[in-house]
Amino acid sequence: MIMSGQTDMVLVDSNGIRIDGRTAEEHREVKIEAGVLKNADGSAYVEIGKNKVLAAVYGPRECHPRHLQNPTKAIIQCKYNMQAYSVGDRKRPGTDRRSVEISKITAEALEYVVLTGLYPRASIDVYIEILQANAGTRCAGLTAASVALADAGIPMRDIVPAMAAGKADGHVLLDLNKEEDNYGQADVPIAIVPSTDEIVLLQMDGNMTREEFDHAIELAVGGCKELYALQKDALKRRYTVNTEEEDDSDEQ
Amino acid sequence: MDGAGLKAGENTYLLNGEIRSGILGVTNVRQNTVSVIPLGGRYMPATGDTVIGVVEDTGGSNWMIDIEAPYPAPLHVSEVPWKVAFGDTSKYLNIGDAVILKVLMVDESNKISVTMKESGLRKLEGGRIIKISHTKVSRVIGKSGSMIQMIKNLTDCRIIMGQNGVIWIDGENENMDAATKAIEMINAEAQASNLTERVKKFLEKEIPGKEEDEERDE
Repeated sequence: MIMSGQTDMVLVDSNGIRIDGRTAEEHREVKIEAGVLKNADGSAYVEIGKNKVLAAVYGPRECHPRHLQNPTKAIIQCKYNMQAYSVGDRKRPGTDRRSVEISKITAEALEYVVLTGLYPRASIDVYIEILQANAGTRCAGLTAASVALADAGIPMRDIVPAMAAGKADGHVLLDLNKEEDNYGQADVPIAIVPSTDEIVLLQMDGNMTREEFDHAIELAVGGCKELYALQKDALKRRYTVNTEEEDDSDEQ
Repeated sequence: MDGAGLKAGENTYLLNGEIRSGILGVTNVRQNTVSVIPLGGRYMPATGDTVIGVVEDTGGSNWMIDIEAPYPAPLHVSEVPWKVAFGDTSKYLNIGDAVILKVLMVDESNKISVTMKESGLRKLEGGRIIKISHTKVSRVIGKSGSMIQMIKNLTDCRIIMGQNGVIWIDGENENMDAATKAIEMINAEAQASNLTERVKKFLEKEIPGKEEDEERDE
């Protein structure tokens, strides 16, 4: 696989349209569903373009092993895992350096919004499964995880939407897809707290100028806000299904 | 997720003078306090709650009870109505036994202590245990107990509700099945209106057939 920079591919055409038909400021189609798993305390399923992500939350519950307990607050344990069939070539299953990193940054981003002080000594376990990957899975995973946390009824200050912006073919683009990520020049995933505009996750891979970077952040924050509305909508839908069904039956 | 003015109550927090919800739920304004009634989440014990738990472990001088909270609830031998010698705990309550308890105290670090020393608190023999979300408990009880009374009357079961969403049912097997189904129905459709009526219809449909069967048996 060729990773960065060099390609003859035209990623953005002369009209500013990308290979999947989007403009630079458009994110991929998003589908969010809350409460999809019965046995977990909270869960969410997220599709962002071709990414398919499942997140499940347990807790707060007693923390095992005991030495990880924090007597002042709950800890968040996150496990990000890619399925063997999630990418083109079979991914060797199990933990690797990349998934450890993503688990860590996700847990840290969530720790910032969850009111962990309410549950000393407890543990909140977040499991993120990538079923299908197409660039931007850490953002999709974090987006799903925060919906799952809210679905689990865990007290938190806000939901965290996450989205990437980047540079490909010399253009600053929102929500890179696989081709743009692989053959592009930079990728900047961010996650924000929409109520305060704080950034809880910021990474960068590749090179851009300061101006391009500022523009990318601006785009990504805008994308996050749109995603935030969809997250809230998914949570509301979870609790209105019953009454809607009832309305339907009344009409018929 | 948004709030305005007023005083911040349960499950809310303040952000730049604005009240915001800390959890997913329904806002409730009483006098001038805004609170949020949770739609889901774990049961968090409060002093005075009556709960049903299952013995998880026995120790030298206590039992560990699972009351569906984020923390285990130790029941000390001094909080049971029997005189238990050290090490004899398993003669009175064993792993898997169900007990009805009262939450004595939850301290600031969320350590729970429970008691079995009040009237009505005891070991639950026979019957079965079902679990629902603790947020739906009030729905199962209904307005001044109307729902639960109706289920009890129609199914002839003894039912004890724990505030933690654990429910103990005892009665004839078929009736227990019917009561279980009814409670699960309430749990699934808690948001729907006119639930008492529908549960009643459901139970009336479930029960008469069974009564006929019983008569035939006799």
